[in-house]
Amino acid sequence: MSVETDSGTAGTGSADGADPDAGDNPFARSGWGPLYRALRDKAFAFALLLAALSGIAMVFILLAYVAVDAFSILDPEHGSWVDWQFLTSLPSRTPAEAGFLAPIVGSLLILIVMVFAVFPIGIGAAVYLEEYAPKNRITRLVRVNIANLAGVPSVVYGLLGLAVFVRGIGLESGIVLVGGLTVGLLVLPIVIVSSQEALRAVPDSYRQASRGMGASEWQTLRNVTLPQALPGILTGTILALGRAIGETAPLIMIGAATSVFSVPTTLFDSVSAMPMQIYNWRARPQPEFRYGVVAAGVVVLLATMILLNATAILLRNRYQRSDT
Amino acid sequence: MTASTAIGERSDRERRIGRVVKGVFLACAVLTVLITVGIIFTLLRDATTFFAQVPVADFLTGTEWKPTQLTGDGEYKFGVLPLLSGTILITVVSAVIALPTGLAAALYLSEFASETTRSVLKPALEILAGIPTIVYGYFALVYITPFLEWIGLPVETFNALSASIVVGVMIIPMVSSISEDALSAVPDDLRQAAYGLGSTKFDTSVRVVVPAAVSGIFSSFVLALSRAIGETMAVTVAAGQTPRMLSILEIDQNLLQSSETITAAMVNVAHAEGGGGTPAYYSMFALGLVLFVFTFSLNIGAEIIRDRLREEYQ
Repeated sequence: MSVETDSGTAGTGSADGADPDAGDNPFARSGWGPLYRALRDKAFAFALLLAALSGIAMVFILLAYVAVDAFSILDPEHGSWVDWQFLTSLPSRTPAEAGFLAPIVGSLLILIVMVFAVFPIGIGAAVYLEEYAPKNRITRLVRVNIANLAGVPSVVYGLLGLAVFVRGIGLESGIVLVGGLTVGLLVLPIVIVSSQEALRAVPDSYRQASRGMGASEWQTLRNVTLPQALPGILTGTILALGRAIGETAPLIMIGAATSVFSVPTTLFDSVSAMPMQIYNWRARPQPEFRYGVVAAGVVVLLATMILLNATAILLRNRYQRSDT
Repeated sequence: MTASTAIGERSDRERRIGRVVKGVFLACAVLTVLITVGIIFTLLRDATTFFAQVPVADFLTGTEWKPTQLTGDGEYKFGVLPLLSGTILITVVSAVIALPTGLAAALYLSEFASETTRSVLKPALEILAGIPTIVYGYFALVYITPFLEWIGLPVETFNALSASIVVGVMIIPMVSSISEDALSAVPDDLRQAAYGLGSTKFDTSVRVVVPAAVSGIFSSFVLALSRAIGETMAVTVAAGQTPRMLSILEIDQNLLQSSETITAAMVNVAHAEGGGGTPAYYSMFALGLVLFVFTFSLNIGAEIIRDRLREEYQ
């Protein structure tokens, strides 16, 4: 915010001339003008950097707090909240016995549903837009629409899932399948946009070479363009999955339980998910839940996301290197 | 002779496959439009059902929101105004935090940062957008609110201020990345011309580059607002569930108190309503419609502003 004042005073200080000419600067001719101006440059850059770092610093401090609480670093008498028992037990009303197994499995099942539902459709739409789409009104509509879908609040997707899959098709509320499909709708635009980028990165000369050898459009796509774009598409999809795993609001809207007491095994079982369980635990009155169990849940959720993102980045780096 | 027929047949078959495949891909693309249509249709249909039970005027001008608990006079109350004021309060305060910070970060990245700093700072900013919103809610409730208490603010356990702070932090990357794109798109000629006239880096960035990129920056602001309005879990967890009318004179008090946004109200109704068919159930769709109209118009607005920028430099 100090930056705003900086620029504000600077603006009024030289508002006499509309032309940003150095001649308007009252310090331009005095001996210490250049020094002042150089200092101002440095101070401004520093203030900007400080502002840029403020948000980052805050989040990293908070993450450190969570880690301290989750591994109970300041309370050596109590063991770490993230332990084997936590990862393999069912939820419980007693903090010491509470576990994260059901939501971990639930989140993974939701991801699996999403991969099968979203991946083909997302790639299909991206391929159409990049490889086939004529420049006409429908194409433009689809493009604008995808950009807008990405801006629809997640809670609204939850309403759509509720109305279509539960009230419409008649699936039971709060089951794995509905959860996966609903969150899938939410990340579909992200999958499409990243797949489009991956397809765009395939050099046109590859396509021309393939067509020049007599291959059809579909043969070119199947044998040349898609294999080349696949690492990029996978990377984007995995990143989208990472985003999906943290989504809570759509799951609440479709009636998913915040806590289930049995591990879901089929697509039609009631499902909780990691963020849902965190949402449930944070409302418990005992401080052990607030500062111990929830922190442990947050650590496991973030660790899963980091794992997914790291996979995506490794994948990208590996294929980038072998390509060039 | 036989060979050429075989090739002819094959290419015929290939062409047919090609056409089918293209149709499938087109269907995938069209499906995305159907999602939007589905959203609009669903919201309109169920909101209409709601408005058949609760008059539109009562919804839009009502100052009380009690969808699942009977009030003293034995009625449910469906006034959207307290929720709207909660949403506006949190959006405005988070914008006060995020817009200057995000713009400063963008300006630093595009005009001042070295390549090394950029390669660290940009991903670090992206992390802010990647953390799940439920985790931000937890941050606000468990760490930020006690911190606010510690510095002497008389905050309630659930309060709008802590929610606004985390929502603000969460949308910084949105402002910074889109603004940075706009700042980087400003042609270097303008900077060179400014330096040639004796401008310093400060003069150039504040009086040349920022004004030249103003539509892109503005567009990032609008998108960030839209994101803040639609933000759900952090607000639900941190700000609580007390629908409260804003009063301009007591805005500082309102910030320290619990508050409920449109999104939080939807989540809370969804929790309270297992089945469907009640006015409360349909009220979620009326709220969803309000939310969709707000965010959709802001997103479209941002796009129009950005398009104008593109025209300027082409």
